[in-house]
Amino acid sequence: MSARFLPLLATCAIFVAAYALAWMQYPNILSTRVIGNLLTDNAYLGIAAVGMTIVILSGGIDLSIGSVIAFSGVFIAVMLRDTGLHPLAVFALLLVLTTAFGLCMGALIHALEMPAFIVTLAGMFMARGLAYVLSIDSVPIDHPFFDALSSSYYLLPGKGRFTLIAGVMLLVVLAGSLLIHRTPFGTRVLAIGGDARTAGLLGVPVGRTIVAVYGISGFCAGLAGIVFAIYTSAGYSLATVGTELDAIAAVVIGGTLLSGGSGTVPGTLVGVLIMGLIQTYIVFDGTLSSWWTRIVIGALLFAFIVLQKGLLRIAEGGARG
Amino acid sequence: MKLFAAALLATTALGGGAALAQTVGFAQIGSESGWRAAETTVTREEAEKRGIDLKFADAQQKQENQIKAVRGFIAQGVDAILLAPVVATGWDEVLKEAQEAEIPVVLLDRQVDSPDTMYLTAVGSDLVHEGKVAGEWLATDVGDQPCNVVELQGTTGSSPAIKRKQGFEEGIAGHDNIKIVRSQTGDFTRAKGKEVMESFLKAEDGGKNICALYAHNDDMAVGAIQAIKEAGLKPGTDIKVVSIDAVPDIFQAMVAGEANATVELTPNMAAPAFDALDAYWKNKTEPAKFIQTESKLYTQADDPQAVYDSKKDLGY
Repeated sequence: MSARFLPLLATCAIFVAAYALAWMQYPNILSTRVIGNLLTDNAYLGIAAVGMTIVILSGGIDLSIGSVIAFSGVFIAVMLRDTGLHPLAVFALLLVLTTAFGLCMGALIHALEMPAFIVTLAGMFMARGLAYVLSIDSVPIDHPFFDALSSSYYLLPGKGRFTLIAGVMLLVVLAGSLLIHRTPFGTRVLAIGGDARTAGLLGVPVGRTIVAVYGISGFCAGLAGIVFAIYTSAGYSLATVGTELDAIAAVVIGGTLLSGGSGTVPGTLVGVLIMGLIQTYIVFDGTLSSWWTRIVIGALLFAFIVLQKGLLRIAEGGARG
Repeated sequence: MKLFAAALLATTALGGGAALAQTVGFAQIGSESGWRAAETTVTREEAEKRGIDLKFADAQQKQENQIKAVRGFIAQGVDAILLAPVVATGWDEVLKEAQEAEIPVVLLDRQVDSPDTMYLTAVGSDLVHEGKVAGEWLATDVGDQPCNVVELQGTTGSSPAIKRKQGFEEGIAGHDNIKIVRSQTGDFTRAKGKEVMESFLKAEDGGKNICALYAHNDDMAVGAIQAIKEAGLKPGTDIKVVSIDAVPDIFQAMVAGEANATVELTPNMAAPAFDALDAYWKNKTEPAKFIQTESKLYTQADDPQAVYDSKKDLGY
């Protein structure tokens, strides 16, 4: 049991230690402004990463989310420009679309017994292509309701801003945590991720669960797209290229086993915050090449994979002994 | 007396504030082109010259990274922010935040959709003017001789292509001896410039009917020069070559006598930006909302070798 939570503890320790190190160098980094920024700037990534966590926990992967986020932004922008629909109606329509998109991918993965990698890769191209078809240019969103959404925040002491989208992200993390760690559905996801065949033999409805998992990921990607559109007040088909890889990195740094079956949703949030912290540090430093973000994330990923292998060995050894 | 001393202290503190090392954050798009790399190099050099502590953030072509960088600069409490935006949309919120933190923002090279009250000023070149300078040079150079011009346009629909074409036409307006006989896109690339020039040459009697080439950027001109040479003509003499950007390679061509003139799109947007900021820091002078950089004309008479030497290490 403790081995399951070790990666999460390691993630939290790294976050606190990294924050402390950055704080010693730049005292300004420990301000409500930076904390508010970390949550706001990474809100879309956090939401998408929750969906990704659930997919990875089930033993799969979803490469389509970056494209789905970009598609969502363009869809919202174009719908608001060309139709008289209220933004909330557009949001609802979009979430139905992206959830259905996820469900279809899940159904294909299960029914054709195709690797999730291939199916979601196809989904990635499709969603990006659709975004381009809607518009190649960046479409600005100009709607009073939308402006209200993007400028609604709670001013923290110290001029930090706790924005609406940061709040949405934290709610999604909470909902994802409850779903995975407190419901029978979560238990089924973890069981399938651990060993799908055994889970099937034990009576877990594998097919239904897998399809649902990709539906949830599609929903999360759509929601991340809404948040991203609010964040930039625009839809741009070239946006969020490679976000799926950032999300995967956040999930792994957050202590989830890339092969599935073990990990936590709150850990993913900490993983996202670690990645945001690295970027903030590089901006504060101002002389390092921003590509160091990638190098540090790469090193962290590597460290976590090694750590997890090590823990697995220990756990197996413990079981035998 | 005490009050007076306090007032004096306050004024010296305010006046001296500008002399202290200022910190400026520079949110750059990335390094997608040689020109942009040169802009980064020149901005760093300018900052160093003025004793400004420059914090540099490369957005790697992603707006999400750039918004993070600008927010990071605000959180850090920099004295000003230079922003070369990836896209024009989506800057309202973050510009508002900078404004509330009383940090002036100067846009470099590209514009944003937000109202111009949200930033201090924008520094950039006037694309129409660049084309006009090129057109006027050609008009002066050929005098009364009849001259058939072929034009290599930039990427269809892009604003530099539209405006540089319009400017050139304005530059040659009133000179009925100069005619644009063919005009096609070369996509701003060297390879496409060469290919399209080859077709121009074939179509115009092996190039005998062509007196001058106008290319919307130097890269296409360099490709076209290759095509002219392969057709057995002498670029720069048989066919005059005028283009825009002033990248190092075109100066090499000028040294060899194969190109005649180029209009500079200066990578030094930072100097006018820092000048405006200095004035703002010292006595809150609000500059004009658009500061146009000089579109300098270079010809073979301007010692192209020396210009090449000064530009070659900027990262183009």
